[in-house]
Amino acid sequence: MSAIHADGVWKFYGDFPALRDISLQAEPGACLALLGRNGAGKTTLLRILAGLARAGRGRVSVLGREPRERATRRRVGVLGHGIALYDELSALENLMLFGRLYELPEPRKRALEWLERTGLGPVREGLVREFSRGMRQRLAVARAFLHEPEVLLLDEPFTALDDRAIAVLQGLLRDGRAAGRTIVISTHQLREALELASHVALLVRGKVAYRGERTQQMLDDTGWLYRNYGEA
Amino acid sequence: MASFFRSSLTIAAKDLRAELRTKEAINASLAFALVILLLFSFAFDPTADQTREISGGLLWLVFAFAGALVLNRSFARELPNDCLDALIAAPVSGAALFFGKALANMVLLMAVELVSLAVFGVFYNVAWTRQFWPLLLVLVLGTWGLTVVGTVFSALTVNLRLRELMLPMLVYPIMIPALMAAIQLTSPLVLGQPLAGDMIVWLRLLVAFDAIFTALALALVETVLVG
Amino acid sequence: MRQKLMIVLCGLAAALLARNLFVMLLRLPDEAAQGPIFRIIFFHVPAAWTAFLGFFAAMVASILCLVRKDLRYDAVAVAVTEVGLAFAAANLVTGMIWGRIIWGIWWTWDARLTSMLVCWLLYAGYLMLRHAVEEPTQRARIAAVMSIFAFVDVPIVFFSIKWWRTQHPQPVVWGGGSMDPAYWNMLFLNWAPLLALGIVLAMIRMRQEQQQREIDALRRWAHAL
Repeated sequence: MSAIHADGVWKFYGDFPALRDISLQAEPGACLALLGRNGAGKTTLLRILAGLARAGRGRVSVLGREPRERATRRRVGVLGHGIALYDELSALENLMLFGRLYELPEPRKRALEWLERTGLGPVREGLVREFSRGMRQRLAVARAFLHEPEVLLLDEPFTALDDRAIAVLQGLLRDGRAAGRTIVISTHQLREALELASHVALLVRGKVAYRGERTQQMLDDTGWLYRNYGEA
Repeated sequence: MASFFRSSLTIAAKDLRAELRTKEAINASLAFALVILLLFSFAFDPTADQTREISGGLLWLVFAFAGALVLNRSFARELPNDCLDALIAAPVSGAALFFGKALANMVLLMAVELVSLAVFGVFYNVAWTRQFWPLLLVLVLGTWGLTVVGTVFSALTVNLRLRELMLPMLVYPIMIPALMAAIQLTSPLVLGQPLAGDMIVWLRLLVAFDAIFTALALALVETVLVG
Repeated sequence: MRQKLMIVLCGLAAALLARNLFVMLLRLPDEAAQGPIFRIIFFHVPAAWTAFLGFFAAMVASILCLVRKDLRYDAVAVAVTEVGLAFAAANLVTGMIWGRIIWGIWWTWDARLTSMLVCWLLYAGYLMLRHAVEEPTQRARIAAVMSIFAFVDVPIVFFSIKWWRTQHPQPVVWGGGSMDPAYWNMLFLNWAPLLALGIVLAMIRMRQEQQQREIDALRRWAHAL
């Protein structure tokens, strides 16, 4: 069973197809890098996988189930463009809120653990509003990983992060891969994504232009993929 | 079922805690309610018996106006940092999310209403507590009607331009039956008349409105939230 | 095919309307109590029926739009809602004209007039909501939910306003049950051309709506390239 399976997925905005007949798979433990320019449909596809939007046509399954099923969502972690944290709540309160929503057995203990892991232990009672950019981003990473999801969906995670947050995230992603988690990561920052990825899919105007394993060639020459499969 | 209420309460507690830290919605709503109460006293002679007879209409207009401010903030609060996406992606059903938010709105609205009632009693020289428990029942039923419709439309309009204007424009006509029933019940109760006769029919209407729109909202909210 | 159907419907409506007007104005006698103005009822009442039929169709189309995820139903929903609103407006205006002549006032908070006004406001809100949403699929979804809420509200509004009005004195409405059969027949006969007109208008609006969606899609393509 694939961890992620999209079969002939279309998504329409009115009559305009934002996704056209997308078929993709990711096996458990794989790391799939979704590449493509702005507007190619990366975010739309990730939103469908995360259960935030529905496909117009086609079938999607995550861990063998519908993405919108609660049992599926419990095992999926999402990190989008926004940090998805409440400015008026403290770091600990934010994590405990999501711990409760994910029905973790000991939300407080788990929240404290993750605050330590992301280096935010000392400021756990501080309001997110007062945090620096980097601290907010690390907390956002902690929120996405809190329930130790089997599938991680990351939408442009490296763009907004500062160096320390990138280091934290890359460490966690490497640990995650070692632990057999499936990762889908959309990005246009090729190097970070390619180093991590086991597979690559290139979207061009809502279509899969290339999909396959990541090769050494792609790492050596990051422009190779776009030159050969990107838009003419 | 237990997990439905647990999630709802978690959401409601989160909303209330965030609101009590900033007091954005509740302060605006309270101030607005007091200003309208003051303005009404210019429109009518506050000592006249007639004012007391239209007290139900006066109060519920204040509640509806002030309520729109609270309801507008309900889902708008989730917009900064894209929190709404995280809530929808979390393993919480849309119905539980909606119910939690409605509960929080209900608490905030009831607080505004009780303060308004106290101020109303002083300004307009009305001893409104003579039928306190029946009045509270009407307040709860009427407020739930406003809240349940308002919360759905708060979710519906959250991404629209002119959100602040759209919400009251859409929900007031829908709320008319609930407002009408609440007004018809509140006026006599404030004057100290017992709950009887015609008022029972209005009470039934209010309960029916609440039941129908709660069911409809719970059924449709998933469609509203997930695109 | 569609064009032909529309022309045929228009022709039939015009012919029937001409015939009805002839009978109404020249054959039917004035009503005893009200004089010539009573004839407005042959437009007033069928307009209300058409409006409600439109709102009902809008709800059915909205549910289908949500279930089938097909934007053609959204086009149907907006078309019949707009036609319903036009007929509801016709109902209100004819009611007001009648009220001015019989009661001497343009408006009274009569149960039926008030209910129709609330209905009109509900569906006017539906159209404004549509205007506020840019993206067609999202617009269809949001508007469908609004349409369902509005239609569920209509009977509750009617009941509550009726109950509210019976507690207050109101102008006497002329007897509902005791109308002459000739008048009843005319009421239904005149509904046919109004309904045909409504259907043609809805078909035109539906086509416009579909073309608008095509234009929107083309604009998005241009934007993507």
